[in-house]
Amino acid sequence: MTPADDFHDSAYDGLLDHHTVADDSQWAFGTEFEDPLAGVDTTVPAGEDPHALAAYCLMIGDDALVNAHRLSEWCSRAPDLEEDIALANIALDLLGQARLLLARAATASPDVVPPLPPGSPVPPEDALAFFRDDAAFRNVRLVEGDNGDFAVTIVRLLLFSTWRLALLERLQSSRDQVLAAVAAKGVKEVTYHRDYAARWFLTLSRGTEESRSRVLAGLDAVWRFHDELFVPTRIEASLADSGVGVDPATVAEEVAGLLDEVFSVSGVDRPDLPQVGAVAGGRGRDGRHTEAFSHLLAEMQSVARAHPSGRW
Amino acid sequence: MTTAQDEDLLAGFEATLARHERIEPRDWMPERYRRTLVRQIAQHAHSEIIGMQPEGNWITRAPSLRRKAILLAKVQDEAGHGLYLYSACETLGTSRRELTEMLISGKQKYSSIFNYPTLSYADVGTIGWLVDGAAICNQVPLCRTSYGPYGRSMIRICKEESFHQRQGFELLATMMRGSDEQRAMVQESVDRFWWPALMMFGPPDAESPNTAQSMAWGIKRDTNDELRQKFVDMSVPQARALGVTLPDPDLVWNQERGHHDFAQPDWEEFAAVVAGGGPCNAQRVAHRREAHENGAWVREAAAAFAARQFPVAEEPAPASASKPPQEQEQERES
Amino acid sequence: MSEILDEWPLYEIFVRGRRGLNHVHVGSLHAADDEMALRHARDVYTRRNEGVSIWAVRSDAIAASSPDEKDPLFAPSCDKVYRHPTFYDIPEDVPHM
Repeated sequence: MTPADDFHDSAYDGLLDHHTVADDSQWAFGTEFEDPLAGVDTTVPAGEDPHALAAYCLMIGDDALVNAHRLSEWCSRAPDLEEDIALANIALDLLGQARLLLARAATASPDVVPPLPPGSPVPPEDALAFFRDDAAFRNVRLVEGDNGDFAVTIVRLLLFSTWRLALLERLQSSRDQVLAAVAAKGVKEVTYHRDYAARWFLTLSRGTEESRSRVLAGLDAVWRFHDELFVPTRIEASLADSGVGVDPATVAEEVAGLLDEVFSVSGVDRPDLPQVGAVAGGRGRDGRHTEAFSHLLAEMQSVARAHPSGRW
Repeated sequence: MTTAQDEDLLAGFEATLARHERIEPRDWMPERYRRTLVRQIAQHAHSEIIGMQPEGNWITRAPSLRRKAILLAKVQDEAGHGLYLYSACETLGTSRRELTEMLISGKQKYSSIFNYPTLSYADVGTIGWLVDGAAICNQVPLCRTSYGPYGRSMIRICKEESFHQRQGFELLATMMRGSDEQRAMVQESVDRFWWPALMMFGPPDAESPNTAQSMAWGIKRDTNDELRQKFVDMSVPQARALGVTLPDPDLVWNQERGHHDFAQPDWEEFAAVVAGGGPCNAQRVAHRREAHENGAWVREAAAAFAARQFPVAEEPAPASASKPPQEQEQERES
Repeated sequence: MSEILDEWPLYEIFVRGRRGLNHVHVGSLHAADDEMALRHARDVYTRRNEGVSIWAVRSDAIAASSPDEKDPLFAPSCDKVYRHPTFYDIPEDVPHM
């Protein structure tokens, strides 16, 4: 075999050839984490309140972090190996978005980072993830609950990713260069998550009797967190006005249209169910969470909090 | 089939091996070669799948977001390794479903190391360093194994494993630069995993009856004791670099042999773990069984959906897949 | 639906790593249908790189021949569902560590 033949016919040359492909990160080998913010201007946009920007980054960062946590619980438990890998990919994407957004919150306004013992090497993104109490988390309540079965997870992912994609698409033109860069990266990822969830929603709805009844039960369980997604806080409204953030109320119509399409091909009616109410006037974005959430945090934060000066 | 034909085929098979060429899925092969391969690849695949659990145990508690991402990606890689290896097994006519059933019914084994619990976050690093390190010693030679699909799976797997080993080592090295509690955590973890890691190479050569045949077939390339020695020699300088003590007072460099002398692990404990008496045997299998059974309705739903979308693809039902695994096994062996 | 449905059929995955190359076999996976096979292939075998072209083919749809397969009697896998395509050879010196 000539070298040329070898070049074209070896199953691994195209994948592993280090002479011509210096970067093999596109393949599912190991994991390298590249910095999508390389070269991005990190100064806070002129006239913007850094504290409001930080709070906003925590909102969409915490949404991703908490949802990634729940999805990662599927690892080694998914319906098949291929699905195990797919759910882990989605969790990894969201975890990556969360890290960038938490780090952005810290650089925009360092006072959002909880204090740690002097000399602690814990980086700001970890101080925010592991040393904030539940009331300081700004995620919506949709992402907090137990995974339930695969149908519940799929319904939640459908709702979450349809909504998040609509937000990120608009955020790509944020005046904050970091938010815009994170959103641009996130749009590609979340487009895939939405397709994944929509396809499974359709499949389960039109699969077997059992899968259909599980989807409907999942919809019942998840839908009561729907309306909260579109209730703007004052911070979101004001950042939307200044061209930095997105008012979630403005994506409601688009999200409804997309969901209706999925429901329609799936032969499922759009639910009309009572929605979870506010707690003392507040929702997830205001730090008012579900009972499940503090359990989730207790688990997630246990090792980090035992070693506030730990180096990992 | 006549004896003469049998001998011709066997001669051809052995000539292929003698030329150090690969046996490919559609080649004739002795039934015992096929069975040995299925057993070995399946055991390897099961080890990857069960091996997701001890480290997966710490994903939700990883103490930094970077470590969480690394750990989740690593456990995900293990699912991928299991998938590649099950695929290699399928080229020998045994389906993933059959293999899964043999795993959850306890008919097939997996590496005994995964029957030990992970009790601190340092264990994530120790598994990467020692367990993946031992796995690499075992696996690198398998890239040249005589069965083509197995060797090709191993190439991909080894590339990722070496990455995992470095990640594990790096976690431990970072923790050793941290607080006193963290250093103690690392040492305690290494103390627990050193002996089970040595057991990963299997019993001493004198007590390993299948080694000779497997080496003749090119399925296995080095003996258990050779690999164990290699692993010890490799680990000693790495332990020194980390600043941890390997828990073996007999461990010493032997100038004459050019290798380290070291104590044997407790082979009675090994036998007990293999026989089902390890700390986590029942838990690991139950976890896998639960995932498989809880997923059945999802797999059925997707298959039913596909059948409705593409009715042509549904028929005719594949003959071998419609039979229960036991029947298929007999059919192949007869 | 009968119980056989809980195992999805096997697919062979072929990937073109970059323009100018052939699609090459990278491995197998299970999926309920073609669409899912492509999705799984992106998750399992690539990092969902958009520039990568993937073929997914049901294993039982592949016609295969093998030079040593003189007599069908001696080809134990020829009547099995899990018929695999001819694989390509790969270089022996694989880097590790």
